[in-house]
Amino acid sequence: MSTMTLNAGEAVPAQKEATQPVAEQTEVKSRAANPNSQVDGTVGSPFCDDAKLRMRNVNVFYGESQAIHDVSLDIGRNQVVAMIGPSGCGKSTFLRCLNRMNDTIEGCRVEGELSLDGEAIYGPKVDVVPLRARVGMVFQKPNPFPKSIYDNVAYGPKIHGIASRRAELDEIVENSLRRAGLWNEVKDRLDKPGTGLSGGQQQRLCIARAIAVSPEVILMDEPCSALDPIATARIEELIDELRENYTIAIVTHSMQQAARVSQRTAYFHLGKLVEVNDTETVFTNPEHDLTEAYITGRFG
Amino acid sequence: MQTPTLFALLLLLVLVAYGTGFSRAIATARSRGGVRSLASLPNYYGVHTALWCGLPALVILGLWMLFDDAIIRTLVLGGVADKPETISGQNLLYAQIQNLAAGNLIGATTPQIQAAADHLVSLRQSGRWMQTTITLILAAGLGVYTLLRISPELRAREKVEKVLRIILLACACAAIFTTVGILMSVLFESLRFFQSVPVTEFLFGLHWSPQMALRSDQVGSSGAFGAVPLFTGTLMVSAIAMFVAVPVGLMSAIYLAEYAGNKVRAFAKPLIEILAGVPTVVYGFFAALTVAPFVREVAQSMGMEASSESALAAGLVMGVMIIPFVSSLSDDVINAVPQSLRDGALGLGSTKSETVRKVVIPAALPGIVGGVLLAVSRAIGETMIVVMAAGLAANLTANPLESVTTVTVQIVTLLVGDQEFDSPKTLAAFALGLMLFISTLILNFIALHVVKKYREQYD
Amino acid sequence: MTDLTQSNLTQKQVRERIEARLASRHRKEKIFRGFGIASIAFGVLAVLVLFTDIISKGSSAFVQTDIQLQVTYDPAALGIETVDEESLAWANFDAVIRNALRERFPEVTGRRDKRELYSLVSNGAGFELRERLQENPQLLGKTETLWFNADDDVDTYVKSLSKSKEGFLGRTSEQKAQWILALRESGELEKRFNTTFFTNGDSREPEQAGIRAALVGSLFTLLVTLVLSFPIGVAAAIYLEEFAPKNRWTDLIEVNINNLAAVPSIVFGLLGLAIFINFFELPRSAPLVGGLVLTLMTLPTIIISSRASLKSVPPSIREAAMGMGASRMQVVLHHVLPLAMPGMLTGAIIGMAQALGETAPLLMIGMVAFIVDVPHGITDPSTVLPVQIFLWADSPERAFVERTSAAIMVLLAVLITMNTCAVWLRKKLERRW
Repeated sequence: MSTMTLNAGEAVPAQKEATQPVAEQTEVKSRAANPNSQVDGTVGSPFCDDAKLRMRNVNVFYGESQAIHDVSLDIGRNQVVAMIGPSGCGKSTFLRCLNRMNDTIEGCRVEGELSLDGEAIYGPKVDVVPLRARVGMVFQKPNPFPKSIYDNVAYGPKIHGIASRRAELDEIVENSLRRAGLWNEVKDRLDKPGTGLSGGQQQRLCIARAIAVSPEVILMDEPCSALDPIATARIEELIDELRENYTIAIVTHSMQQAARVSQRTAYFHLGKLVEVNDTETVFTNPEHDLTEAYITGRFG
Repeated sequence: MQTPTLFALLLLLVLVAYGTGFSRAIATARSRGGVRSLASLPNYYGVHTALWCGLPALVILGLWMLFDDAIIRTLVLGGVADKPETISGQNLLYAQIQNLAAGNLIGATTPQIQAAADHLVSLRQSGRWMQTTITLILAAGLGVYTLLRISPELRAREKVEKVLRIILLACACAAIFTTVGILMSVLFESLRFFQSVPVTEFLFGLHWSPQMALRSDQVGSSGAFGAVPLFTGTLMVSAIAMFVAVPVGLMSAIYLAEYAGNKVRAFAKPLIEILAGVPTVVYGFFAALTVAPFVREVAQSMGMEASSESALAAGLVMGVMIIPFVSSLSDDVINAVPQSLRDGALGLGSTKSETVRKVVIPAALPGIVGGVLLAVSRAIGETMIVVMAAGLAANLTANPLESVTTVTVQIVTLLVGDQEFDSPKTLAAFALGLMLFISTLILNFIALHVVKKYREQYD
Repeated sequence: MTDLTQSNLTQKQVRERIEARLASRHRKEKIFRGFGIASIAFGVLAVLVLFTDIISKGSSAFVQTDIQLQVTYDPAALGIETVDEESLAWANFDAVIRNALRERFPEVTGRRDKRELYSLVSNGAGFELRERLQENPQLLGKTETLWFNADDDVDTYVKSLSKSKEGFLGRTSEQKAQWILALRESGELEKRFNTTFFTNGDSREPEQAGIRAALVGSLFTLLVTLVLSFPIGVAAAIYLEEFAPKNRWTDLIEVNINNLAAVPSIVFGLLGLAIFINFFELPRSAPLVGGLVLTLMTLPTIIISSRASLKSVPPSIREAAMGMGASRMQVVLHHVLPLAMPGMLTGAIIGMAQALGETAPLLMIGMVAFIVDVPHGITDPSTVLPVQIFLWADSPERAFVERTSAAIMVLLAVLITMNTCAVWLRKKLERRW
C-alpha cells in the first residue's frame, strides 16, 4: 500500500491536459498514483480518424450525483475497444449511454455530444428503437428470454419486421447462430427453452440474438464475468471473429481479456477517462501512473 | 360456584404457585451455596410450578364447560319415558324443560316435564359442585406435587420451554383444526341432506325452489333442490366480475410497474388499494342503490329490458372490488421478473409495450394465472354484494340483465332467520357450502401451487 | 466463418424494413399506454364515484329536522297524579304531545286532519318526555318548550327542500307540507345535529334509529377477536418460523394456512353455526361467537404477516444471542420477538380492520337480529356495524338510505383510521435491516 502514496508529496501541480491528441506527454509519468487523486483530463489518443462512435464531453448524472465526468472518446469502425477500470468507475454507465439504455433508469441524465456515424444519439428527434437495433447489447449475466432457442434469436427480427417470410426468418436464425458459433450445438433442439443451455451457450445465444437484427455496433458489458474459463475463451474467440463485420465496445473486469480481444483500451477511474491508447501501449508502457498502478494490480 | 369466581380462584392459586415455587427454589439452593447452584434461574421454578398448577386444571375446566350442556341434555332426555322420535321434537321438549327450570313458565306442563325440569336443576347444581371441586383439587394437588419435587438439579427452564413449545405447536395447529372443523361441519350436514335429496338431483337438477311447507298437507310441500341455476348464476356473476377486474387490474399493474413515474405511483397505488379496504357490505349498498338503477336506465335507453336486480350490476361492482386484488398480485409477479430480461428486450430495440407483451407477460404468466385463479375463488365466494344486488329467483338464464341467484345468496337466505335446523332447507345450505368450500379449495390449491413454483423459478 | 453473409439482406435493407414499421409500432405503443392510463383512471374513478356517492347520500343524516313544541305536563292528559315508577309506566305522554300540536295549530279540526297533524312529530317523542319527567318530577303540571325529532317523512321533505324548490313530498300531503313550511317560517322547525344517530340503537322508525348498539357490538366482537387471534397467531408464527422442523407435517400446516386465507368468509360462518352454536350451544347473536368466527377467519392473515416480520429479523441477531449461550426459546422471547413486534402489530391492525368490515359470516350466526338495546357484555345479543348497514339497506323507508350511508361513512372513517395507524406504525417503528 505504501507504494501508492510514494510520490504523493512530490506531485506536480495540476497541469491542464489538452483534449486533442497530443504527442508529447513527457511530464505525465511523475503524477501521483494515488487512486483518489484528481484526474484532470485524458492522456493518450482518445480520438481516431474513422470513428464509428464519437463522444465529446460526456457527463452522466444519477439524480444529484455525477457518475461520468467529461469523457471524450472515439470508437473506430470495425475496432474492438476495451474499457477497463476498478469497479464503480463508470465504465458500464458509459457503455449504456451508447445505445441509450440509461433512459430506462429513473433520474439518469446524460449531457454532452454522442454521435453514431455523425448522427446525434441523444438528439431530440432520435427514436431509440432503430438506434438500439443499430447498436446492440450483450449483458453481464446471460439473459435469454424464457422462450425456445429459435424464438430467442427470432425475437429481434420479428419485432422489427426484418424477415418477410418464414424461410427468411429461418435463415436469419441459422446465420446468427452460426456466427455466434452455437449452431452445431443447438441445431437439433431449436424448440427447447434457451434457459436450459449452459452459461457459456446462453451468452452465445444472447450474442446470436443481438446480431440477428444486423447491428453495426455491439456493446458488451462484462460478457464473460459469469462464465467459466473455457466458455470465456470461446466467447473471446467469437469477439475476434465478429470484429470483421461489427464495431465492438467491451467493458471488462479482466485485463488479460482486454489485452487478448481489443485493439484499443480505455482506462476509467472514478467516472473519468484516464487514458486511451493502443492496447499494447496500455499494457506494456502506460502513460498515466493510475493506469500503471491498475494494470500492475496495485488496486482493482 | 359461578364460573368467573372459579377462574379468579384458579388465577390466585397460580400466582401463589409461582411465588412458592420461586421461594422454594431459593430455599433449597441455600444449603448448597446459594442461587448459583440452581440448574435454572429461580423464576423458571416459579413458572414451572405455576404451569403445572394452572394448565391441567384449565384444560379440564374448558372441556367440562364445552361438554356439560350436551351431557346434561342426554341425561335429562334419557330420563323422560316417552320422548318424541324426531330430533326437532326432542329439541322442542328440551326447550320446554329448560324454560320450566329457568322459571319462565310457558304453556301447560305435565308432571313428566316437571320431573325432568327438577332433574335438570339438580344435575346442573351437582355439576357445578363437581366442576369446582375437581378443578381446584387438581390445581392445588399438582401445584403441591410440583413444589415438592423442586430441587437444585431440576432443569426447570428446559421443562418450562418444553411446555411453551407444545403450546406454540398447538397454536400452529389451529389452522388445521379450523380446516377440519369446516370440513366436518359442512360434510356431516351435507350427508344428512343427501339422505333426503339425491346427490344427482342436487348436482344436475335444473329447478331450485327450497321453500318447503311446514305441514305436509300444504301445497308445494316438496321443495326442489336442483342447484344448476345457482351454479350458472354464480359463474355468470363471477365471469362479469373477472371481465372487469382482470384487464383493468392487470393493465393498471403493468402501467404502475413499467410506465408510471414515482409521483404517479405514489398517488395512484394507495388510491386504488383503498378499494381493497372497503367492506363488501358497502359495495353491496353501492351496487343495489346506485349501479343497479344506472344499469337499468342505460339498458332501457337502449331499448332493452333489465331487471332491477341484474347480474350485470352485481358483477360490475364485484369486478371493481377485485381490481386491487388482481393488480397487487400482478404487481408482485411483474416485479419478480428480472430486470435483465427487460434490458435484453429493450437492448434489441423493443418498444416498452413489446417488451411487456412479448417478454414480461409471458415470463410472468404462471404468476398472473395463479393470481387470477385466486381472484376467481374470491368472486365465487363473495357474498354481500350478491345478497344485496343480485336476486333471489333461481333463473337459468344467459342474459346478464336478468336477475340471477348465486350459491352464497342461497346459503344466506336459507340460514338467516329462525329456521328449524334439521329441515332439508337448512341442510341444503350446508350442501351448497360444501360445494363452495371444495371448489374454492381446489382453485386456491392450484393457484398457490402455481404461484409458488413461479417464485422458485426466479429466486 | 467470415464469409458468412447476413442472409441475403444487406444492412441497408434491414434498416429500411425497420424504418417502414416504426410508425405502426409507435402507434401500438401509444395505444397500449393508453389502456394502462385508462385502467388507472377507471380504478381512481371508481374510488371517487363510490366515495362521493356515499358521502352525498349520507352527509344529510348527520342533521335531523327537529320541531319545537310547547308541552304541558298536564296530569289530566297524562292520566296520573303523582310521579312514580308505576304511574310513569302507563302515563299517556303521547296525549301531551298531541295537545301541544293542537294548540299550535288550533284551526285543525277534522279527525283525519288531526291524525295527519300528530304525525309531524316522531312517535318516540313520548319516550323523551317520560325520561325528562322521570328525572325532573317537579315538572308535573308545568309547561316548557322543547325540541322533538320530526317524523322521518317530515325530515325527508325538509331536507329535499334544500335541493329543489318544491321538495320531495313522498308520503307527505300538501296540507302537511303547509304546516311544515309555516313551522319553518316561524323558526319552530329547524335542522339540528343528529345526536340520536349516535346515542340510540336500532329502531323501526328512521328518525329514532342510531348506530350506538351496533358500534358497541362491533367493539365487543373485535375485542374477542383481538384477544384470541393475536396471541394465537403470533404463537403459531413463532412456532412455524423458529421451531418447526422441516417436514411434511409443517408443510401441511403451511399449505393449510395459505389455503384458509383464501377460503370465502361465509364458509367460516357455516363453521360457526354448526360448531359453536349447534354443537357447543353457545348463545346466538352474541359477540362471543362472532369474535370466535372472526378469529378463525383472521388467524391466517395474522399468522402470515407475523411470519413475514419474524423473517425480516436478520439471522445475525439470533446467532449473536445463541453465541451468548441463550436457549432457542430465550433467543426468540428476548430478542427476535421484540424486534418483530411492530410488524406484527401492523399485521394485527390490518387483520382487525378486515374483521371489522366483515358481514357474511356474522349473518350465519344470527347477528342479524333486531337489536335496540346496547349490549353490555360479550354474551348479550347484539349486532355489528356492517350488519346494521345491511339491515338498513334492506329497509324500504327513504330516510333509511341516508342513515345507511351515514353508517357507512362512520365505518369507513374507522377503517381508514385503523389502516392509517397501521401505515404510521410501520413507518415509525419498523426497522430496516
